[in-house]
Amino acid sequence: MSHAWTQNILLLLALLALAPPLGAFMARVLEGERTFLHPVLGPLERGLLRLMGVQPDQEMGWAAYAGSITLIKLLGVAAVFALMRTQAWLPLNPEHLANAPAALSLNTAVSFATNTNWQAYAGETTLSYLAQMLGLTVQNFVSAATGLAVLAALVRGIQRRSAAGLGNAWVDVVRSVVLILLPLSFVFALVLISQGVIQNLAPYVHTASGQVLAMGPAASQVAIKMLGTNGGGFFGANGAHPFENSTPLSNFLQSLAILLIPAALCLTYGRMVRDRRQGWALLAAMTLIFVGSLAVCTHAECAGNPALARLGACQVASRDPGREQPGGNMEGKELRFGPGASALWATATTAASSGSTNASLDSFTPLGGLVPLWLMQLGEVVFGGVGSGLYGMLMFVLVAVFIGGLMVGRTPEYLGKKVEAFEMKMASLAILLPCAAVLLGTAVSVLVPSAVASVSNPGPHGFTQILYAWSSAANNNGSAFAGLASDTRFYNLGLAVAMLLGRFGVIWPVLALAGSLVRKKHTPEGPGTLPTHTPLFVGVLVGVVLLVGALTFIPALALGPIAEQLALR
Amino acid sequence: MNHQLRPALVSFHGLSVLTGLAYPLALTGLARVLFPRQARGSLILKHGQVIGSSLIGQSFTAPGDFWGRPSATQPVPYDGAASGASNLAPSAPALAEAVRARIAALRAADPSATGPVPGDLVTASGSGLDPDISPAAAYFQVPRVARARGLDPAKVRALVARQVQDPQFGVLGEPRVNVLELNLALDAMR
Repeated sequence: MSHAWTQNILLLLALLALAPPLGAFMARVLEGERTFLHPVLGPLERGLLRLMGVQPDQEMGWAAYAGSITLIKLLGVAAVFALMRTQAWLPLNPEHLANAPAALSLNTAVSFATNTNWQAYAGETTLSYLAQMLGLTVQNFVSAATGLAVLAALVRGIQRRSAAGLGNAWVDVVRSVVLILLPLSFVFALVLISQGVIQNLAPYVHTASGQVLAMGPAASQVAIKMLGTNGGGFFGANGAHPFENSTPLSNFLQSLAILLIPAALCLTYGRMVRDRRQGWALLAAMTLIFVGSLAVCTHAECAGNPALARLGACQVASRDPGREQPGGNMEGKELRFGPGASALWATATTAASSGSTNASLDSFTPLGGLVPLWLMQLGEVVFGGVGSGLYGMLMFVLVAVFIGGLMVGRTPEYLGKKVEAFEMKMASLAILLPCAAVLLGTAVSVLVPSAVASVSNPGPHGFTQILYAWSSAANNNGSAFAGLASDTRFYNLGLAVAMLLGRFGVIWPVLALAGSLVRKKHTPEGPGTLPTHTPLFVGVLVGVVLLVGALTFIPALALGPIAEQLALR
Repeated sequence: MNHQLRPALVSFHGLSVLTGLAYPLALTGLARVLFPRQARGSLILKHGQVIGSSLIGQSFTAPGDFWGRPSATQPVPYDGAASGASNLAPSAPALAEAVRARIAALRAADPSATGPVPGDLVTASGSGLDPDISPAAAYFQVPRVARARGLDPAKVRALVARQVQDPQFGVLGEPRVNVLELNLALDAMR
């Protein structure tokens, strides 16, 4: 068990070491400054923009910005849907996989365009190499880039004074892909391949003994899947598949990649608002919630399953020579990772909105499974998705500032911008819409017999499976209690609606809020101003996030994982 | 909206070609040069034939072979073309039943093995393709394997000890034994 903690600490140290330089780099990119990559990639960026007929200094208002983001996402949905529906007639399909059914194609298309990457499909049995590359890989890049773009727009809304424009959506998306996501992914993919993650276009291998080994261009997709907090697996087993995540090192680096950009963006933010302490305060709040969650999950998974201990299965970890074994709850986990690295991944993937998995979350202990479920329900703001995590957290910051303002009886302000009724309405909408989708979707599901029939485990755990699915979809996470048979009309369509609501139901209010903030004058700091970089504010912020999450979801959690934990002996 | 269409369509197609074709194809080509073995799936060849991948487990059931972890893939265990886990809840009666049956089968195959059974040997992996078992799970099977093959148990134990892979850099992951490679080394012993 102590080894699990060593890995956890190493990961946090690596994250905090890499976040500042990457954060500084991303700030330069989003502000249109020259970076060390410009000599190589600058021509590509400028060429694309010229082809598009876009001038880098063409400003957009919030509505135009939101329109552009929506348009590029709808194009993504259409492209993935079309590719999946026609893959049988297209090249790069060596296994002659059939065209995917309509409901599954729509679900997958929406899922990837919204950065959810819910896996109703299983890559190796459903998707051709072309659909994986030109469909899913592209959306992995573009959906992460739109998250970055919306964040950039919100930050400009906060930082600019008495202005109208929030920047140019096309420029932000192109720069995010070409200068940030593409070079990072390229290097990361090569490292993964060196560890054994496959990258080829060969047909499936048939061994002498008759085993069939699925092949494909996995590493290129896995790299951006992890860095872009996408999480949709190349294979059905996602990050548990040895061809997708082959060694403990590849696993460690992929866990790190989940959190890297979201953590670094906090510091990007500090630089863009010209007050780096603001970024560190947000990073501190996220790290606090993360560390607490990680401790609970690691402890629960390393402790093992009491139901199996009674049967004579040894779940005690040992590193004594001749008796080495990982111990803990190993059902659904890979041996090379053990319960420690599996709990770390599960916490990271749901704190950020990755949704990738390296173990079966359905088989986690009730308490160990509660942690990922709860982290998603907090709204994916603990690091969160690329861009989306931070703009989600900034909504909570406004609520925290507002509550602070109520306490001292002054109009709340944030970084010199007055926070008024319209801002609070938009922030509340962005926070509450996904919550509503989770609870309403779950409530409807337990009333529809065909939806209940998808449940694969009896008792409270079955309810958790349904609750998890809606939490995952509405918060654009994508991980699953995968025993739930979700490739049905009800879930394919219902969850697609939840994913759309979870993405656009947040993006539109966030951009409207940015459009309102950007027009405001700067209010100088006064004696009644609540400073937002202090440990006190970090505490208030963490409190607000936990309180909203707790008040909304504890009743539902009590019916699921908490009941199961109490019954498990 | 019309003036948005050109940038939308051009950026979409441009980024598609860049990230959906150029990027994966360039990586495929580069991987073929830099890491040809890994990129093709770390395949193990014997007499010019592919007999498996060192990363993907196989189903071993003979008493003279080391057995890997239970696999939940359908329709056959260790189906390398359909990865997946059991997704059984920790509280599911089906999980307890399966584990009970697996423990009974291990004890039936080797009545001398009365000690506690390492948990990883009776639980299904996340991918259903786990290539590894814990060293404890390998040592647990030594008496059975040695007896079935007519080998000296001490020699088999020593072979297992040589096959143990330590955690990467001493800290990452778990100590493990690759089952396919262990069985191949066992075959080479005689």
